[in-house]
Amino acid sequence: MPLLASAYPIERARLDNGLRVLLAPDRTAPVVAVSVHYDVGFRSEPEGRTGFAHLFEHLMFQGSANIGKAEHPKYVQAAGGIFNGSTHPDHTDYYELLPSGALELALFLEADRMRSPKITQQNLENQIAVVQEEIRVNVLNRPYGGFPWIKLPPVAFDTFPNAHNGYGDFTELAAASLEDAEDFFDKYYAPGNAVLTIAGDFDPDEALTFVERYFGDIPARDVPAPRSFVEPVPSTERRARITDALAPRAALAVGYRVPDPIADLTGFLAYYLLADVLSDGDASRLERRLVQKDRSVIAVRTYLGTFGSAFEQRDPMLFTLDVRQSEDTTADAVLAAVDEELTRLADDGLVDGELERVQARVASSLLREADDALSRGMAMGVHELRRGRPELLNELPGELAAVTAEAVGAAAGSLLTQGRSVLELHAGAASTAAAPAAASSTAAAATTPGAP
Amino acid sequence: MTSPASPTTASTAEVVIPAVRPSEPARLPVVADRMLDNGLRVLVVERSSVPLVEVRLRIPFAGHGVEHQARAEVLAETLFTGSTRFDRTRLAIEVQRLGGALSTGVDNDRLTVGGSALASNLEPLLQILAEVLLGATYPPDEVAGERDRIVEDTAVARSQPAVIAREALLARVFGDHPYATGIPDPDVVAAVGADDVRALHARRVSPVGAILTLVGDVTAERAFTAVNAALGAWAGEASQRAAALPAVSPGPVLIVDRPGAVQTNIRLGGAALDRRALGAPAQRLANTIFGGYFSSRLVDNIREDKGYTYSPRSSIDHYQAGSRLTIAADVATEVTGPALLEIWYELGRMALLAPSQQELDAARQYAVGTLALGSATAAGLASTLSALASAGIGVEYLRDHPRALADVSLADVQAAASDLFAPTCLVTVLVGDRQKIARAVEDLLQVTPD
Repeated sequence: MPLLASAYPIERARLDNGLRVLLAPDRTAPVVAVSVHYDVGFRSEPEGRTGFAHLFEHLMFQGSANIGKAEHPKYVQAAGGIFNGSTHPDHTDYYELLPSGALELALFLEADRMRSPKITQQNLENQIAVVQEEIRVNVLNRPYGGFPWIKLPPVAFDTFPNAHNGYGDFTELAAASLEDAEDFFDKYYAPGNAVLTIAGDFDPDEALTFVERYFGDIPARDVPAPRSFVEPVPSTERRARITDALAPRAALAVGYRVPDPIADLTGFLAYYLLADVLSDGDASRLERRLVQKDRSVIAVRTYLGTFGSAFEQRDPMLFTLDVRQSEDTTADAVLAAVDEELTRLADDGLVDGELERVQARVASSLLREADDALSRGMAMGVHELRRGRPELLNELPGELAAVTAEAVGAAAGSLLTQGRSVLELHAGAASTAAAPAAASSTAAAATTPGAP
Repeated sequence: MTSPASPTTASTAEVVIPAVRPSEPARLPVVADRMLDNGLRVLVVERSSVPLVEVRLRIPFAGHGVEHQARAEVLAETLFTGSTRFDRTRLAIEVQRLGGALSTGVDNDRLTVGGSALASNLEPLLQILAEVLLGATYPPDEVAGERDRIVEDTAVARSQPAVIAREALLARVFGDHPYATGIPDPDVVAAVGADDVRALHARRVSPVGAILTLVGDVTAERAFTAVNAALGAWAGEASQRAAALPAVSPGPVLIVDRPGAVQTNIRLGGAALDRRALGAPAQRLANTIFGGYFSSRLVDNIREDKGYTYSPRSSIDHYQAGSRLTIAADVATEVTGPALLEIWYELGRMALLAPSQQELDAARQYAVGTLALGSATAAGLASTLSALASAGIGVEYLRDHPRALADVSLADVQAAASDLFAPTCLVTVLVGDRQKIARAVEDLLQVTPD
């Protein structure tokens, strides 16, 4: 049976200043989602300014030519909407989901800050403090903070863009200046480096009129050519050990390299399905082996991309295994079991029906996500940014159906023949009643639930 | 980027900020509502936006004592580990084949099973649900494995400062009520056996008082037929209701010591009105204005002005037996005192003075708008209707609540705020480095001695 796929109509336009516009009207519910994806993330931030892409995302809420400090959220929320922004390795997004009558307002707000954000020294200092509290709450003051997204990249990679901490070093954050902000904005926030997506309940002709009205006169600027972040795939294992003073149990992360996700979508999708074969649900290979049989781990997860979002990143990217160990197990015992399971997949292939049920589940999940106008719009924006193919929203099930069991088995095998990157987290607070809460050595997500 | 030194207020030059058009209210979903002979209530909404069906089952599960809580937790984690026909792997395979997923959860009020599948697979999905509701076997080895995993998981959860703070606040606002802890005691969990779980299942996994909500691309008739076929034979008895809540008794600040902590988790709690109370709409708006959304006073003050914290917030949590206010802010250790001072200032301002009309209008529009956003997807609508139904509220809430919000006046908000936010009526819990924060806190408030 073919996999069910969505069939949302998608229209596209491009303004003279280079801004790409995607329109996906759907009248199911009286809500509309607006998002802007800028093609810059923390892999592009300058050396000596770690965390700047994320700090800049905060600064985009601090006011613009016609909007005061922190008024952007007030306009959106007073219209009955929600909003946020988040910073990723290769892009930064800003979005609103609102009752449909607020479309024009949302477009005005996004255009105003794309044209001219207005950042003062006082607001810069305020947001440096806010970001530092964000890092304390998500990284420094909690066990497993940022594990593994901050600590695994320096094991797996050698170059600054791939290896550095995207949340940033406190000293470097504190050194950020208005000039840095101006440079970053000029270089990366050009209309030609952005995708504007509107999804939900709206009239496309009217929406395009609004888009022209508010974005049309933003001057075109040079768009930086995409930089290559490529690094060779390691041929031998790399391993690092850290102690998390707050963690009561050990944890383990393994990073594996995958084929270029842009150049070879079909090859890449085998890894996308492999992640679910390994860890989606009680019938998955590693759940059964590690959680149910060996009982060596409390939880296991395999995923593609820094934040588990497979389609938003360029090469190089990691396929990550993240396990939280039970009290009496060792990293080596877990790794040996993982290798056995990967070998079994590579040698014996998948069992009858295994691929089909995983494909069926993935296709349902995609339909479910796309029912939400915001998720739908955000997925299209990412697909346009990375592949110039927003229709992948509708076409992904077809692409997944073309992946064979042999390809998934071969993907498992390829994880065994490369030099994996292993990060062991040792439990610094194991079995002690009053563990010190001193700065944990681990670091966590530039995504920001509920607040920019 | 323009003029770095310009003032922070919006310029009002020639540019007109577009007004928001009044949105058509969403059509009220049609809910088909039937009670099966066995006492299971079934709600169905036909919604064809995606070829899926959303499933939400809520079974009343309130109980007393640490044993109940521990056994309930193990039951939730092992419900799908075996049935008379299928083992754990097979159950998972069968659900996945349907493009489905089902997950279970339990809290102090209810056991839930929720998920989705392709709408064409509604019948087999309900069959699998019936498989475990009527015939979960709780194989001893699976129970032992999950039990041990819960114990390990609890150790990890209890190392999270947010969890430590939540547990300390629950204990403080709920006293000796079962709601006083959200996490079962690992020592008690460790003693739970398969027989205990089976006995709990026999007694409490009952259709009486349970509500099954289905939203998706299915007709109501088909859904009722399928539910009847799958779950018609499910039987059980009515269960006890949650005990009444004790009053919140204010007292000195409790500091939970976490030496070396770089932040203090500030939590305040207090009594709140039930969702069905006459004053609930005004209370909701008062909370929104204070700290219920990003545009609130709390965020303006201690985040956007002072930079003390990342995500300060307040919320009203509705439980089966009543409701509670929670205020939360995680602040840098060195500004614990100043942050508390500002929170008290904002509480006092809410309790004593009416907000501005602009604040009220914004909060109202936000509450109305987000209600519409929350029911804009099949999954959101299913969760909303399921939660409302278990509180004894019907779908008309989606229509009537906005109207009730529209009627709230400034005086109503202030009256609600003085009941909700009067700082002397609240309890305060701090999780942080006692040695570093005690002096500043003691300068402001009475603190429970070490």
